Amino acid sequence: MAFSQCDHDWEGRYYHIDQILDAPGPRTDEGFMAGDGVKDFLRNQSKILVIGAGGLGCEILANLALTGFKDIHVIDMDTIDISNLNRQFLFRQKDVAEFIMNRVPGVKVTPYFGKIQDKDDDYYLQFNLVICGLDSIEARRWINATLVNLVDPENPESLKPLIDGGTEGFKGQARVILPTITSCYECSLDMLNKPTAFPICTIANTPRLPEHCIEWASVLEWPRVYGDKKMDTDNPDDITWLYTIAAARAKEFKIEGVTWSLTQGVVKNIIPAIASTNAIIAASCCNEAFKIATSSAAYLNNYFMLIGTEGIYSYTFEHEKKKNCPVCGGDAVSLAVKPDMTLEELIEMLTERQDIQIKNPSLSTPTKQLYLRAPPQLEEATRPNLLKTVSELIPGGGEVTVTAGTLPFSLSLDITFT
Amino acid sequence: MIKIWSMKKNEDAATKKKPKTSAAQIRVQKDLTELDLPSTMKTHFPDPIDLLNFMLTITPDEGQMLLLPHAHDQYLNFLLLGMYKGGAFTFSFAINTNYPHDPPKVKCTQTIYHPNVDLEGNVCLNILREDWKPVLNLNSVMVGLQYLFLEPNADDPLNKEAAQEMSKNRDQFLHNVKSSMRGSSIKGVQYDKVLA
Ligand SMILES: [Zn+2]
Repeated sequence: MAFSQCDHDWEGRYYHIDQILDAPGPRTDEGFMAGDGVKDFLRNQSKILVIGAGGLGCEILANLALTGFKDIHVIDMDTIDISNLNRQFLFRQKDVAEFIMNRVPGVKVTPYFGKIQDKDDDYYLQFNLVICGLDSIEARRWINATLVNLVDPENPESLKPLIDGGTEGFKGQARVILPTITSCYECSLDMLNKPTAFPICTIANTPRLPEHCIEWASVLEWPRVYGDKKMDTDNPDDITWLYTIAAARAKEFKIEGVTWSLTQGVVKNIIPAIASTNAIIAASCCNEAFKIATSSAAYLNNYFMLIGTEGIYSYTFEHEKKKNCPVCGGDAVSLAVKPDMTLEELIEMLTERQDIQIKNPSLSTPTKQLYLRAPPQLEEATRPNLLKTVSELIPGGGEVTVTAGTLPFSLSLDITFT
Repeated sequence: MIKIWSMKKNEDAATKKKPKTSAAQIRVQKDLTELDLPSTMKTHFPDPIDLLNFMLTITPDEGQMLLLPHAHDQYLNFLLLGMYKGGAFTFSFAINTNYPHDPPKVKCTQTIYHPNVDLEGNVCLNILREDWKPVLNLNSVMVGLQYLFLEPNADDPLNKEAAQEMSKNRDQFLHNVKSSMRGSSIKGVQYDKVLA
């Protein structure tokens, strides 16, 4: 064999998968390197990141290991939580990496316990692919924006395909996001099912469901009793307090079904996870990862929906990129300016540019506001900046976000000094 | 790996896209700088650097007669028009980093006599909870809040006393609104003085 083979690779280990990798098929990409080339890439070069080590994440890890990915990293963002235990077939999160490495020899799983936000661009740049198996919308928005921002036109390696899986009971979806090329997670934000919120007057006056009682305890009673003190949904004492209040309320209105775990489920917005739905979605995500990594077959373009609530129904479609997406939409312009140019002059220059067509812009950097048109108080607070030089306001240059009523969403400026 | 880069080249080879500003932050900047508020509403930022936490003061006027469908309702609503005129009502806005997926958290900072606001300052406005959508913005929320002062709704009560009074006895309700705004107590509840 031309490529270095791991000690663990016994005869016939990859018999089935190799039939796909050994010869091009009718739908293989023209860049497909049948045989040793593609096997070497998959097994010895590719590095893949899995985000989330819950029910879906664990299933993804197992599938990846079995299809031949060997260098797998996983970020486990969950704190240890009793409610997670029954959802993960690998039982304890700490064991995930260990478990996979024991069961699938030759695979290296490197876990990181912490937040995705702990890691910088260089960390994400080392991977060929990222798969998300998360239930947090916030975390997905963050990783999506990070991967879109990572794309550097001078560096092809900076474009990292993102495969996102998610489940909710019998429903699930898998999608492929090619940052800056296809629709991104933010583009589809308004498609999301939002958590059920009950009208506050129903909660206050006419509770009918155990959930109404729990929301009464968490939305109305907690702030009334504790003021600004934040509820810690990971703290069992806080959940117990809410449960006690909710149970008393339920008794008063003769409502059945308030339990400790339902209380925790409602306040943490825990969506019922069904292991077999996770298995279907994880498998779909991993097949796409395999196809993208090997170019052995056409990959998902770009959204697969599984609806198992009324019989079984699935639907695949191309979700379209949004022009006014705050993450991947909008224009970006590089501007080289003289260091002594004032902010006012910069704004004037922007409004005069034919290709931008901007009126009354407001400008900010990731850390501060430069000039805001409105409301009056903010205009007044930022007005003194107009006379300052751009180099004084953003030493070293960098990103400036411009919003204006005339823009679909925003414009991103990359300021450098001449 | 698939050759994604060639697809990229076809699309937009020249654009450089490196914003580090979060989507929530840009959206809030956009919402705030494009607010289109009547003179009856003013925002105040305790810390002008922090766009995510601010106050809104509403000083309701007479409202308009245009919204009233039936003659009978017109008469009833006529009695109520401008009932909160002369008051200045302050709401706190707290926006989290998951905006606009999550709605802003809005509370009335005063104890006021209003059918749809409870004594803790919770507000019953559908677009703040069950009907929130990311396409809505801060302007829609503010306009919605102002509407509560022009057309209080006795069917979605958070202050039951006030709601009952409003549907039962409009004269007494109006009287209560006026005296609550001067800071009196009604049925044992001390209301804040909110006269502008
Ligand atoms: Zn997008």
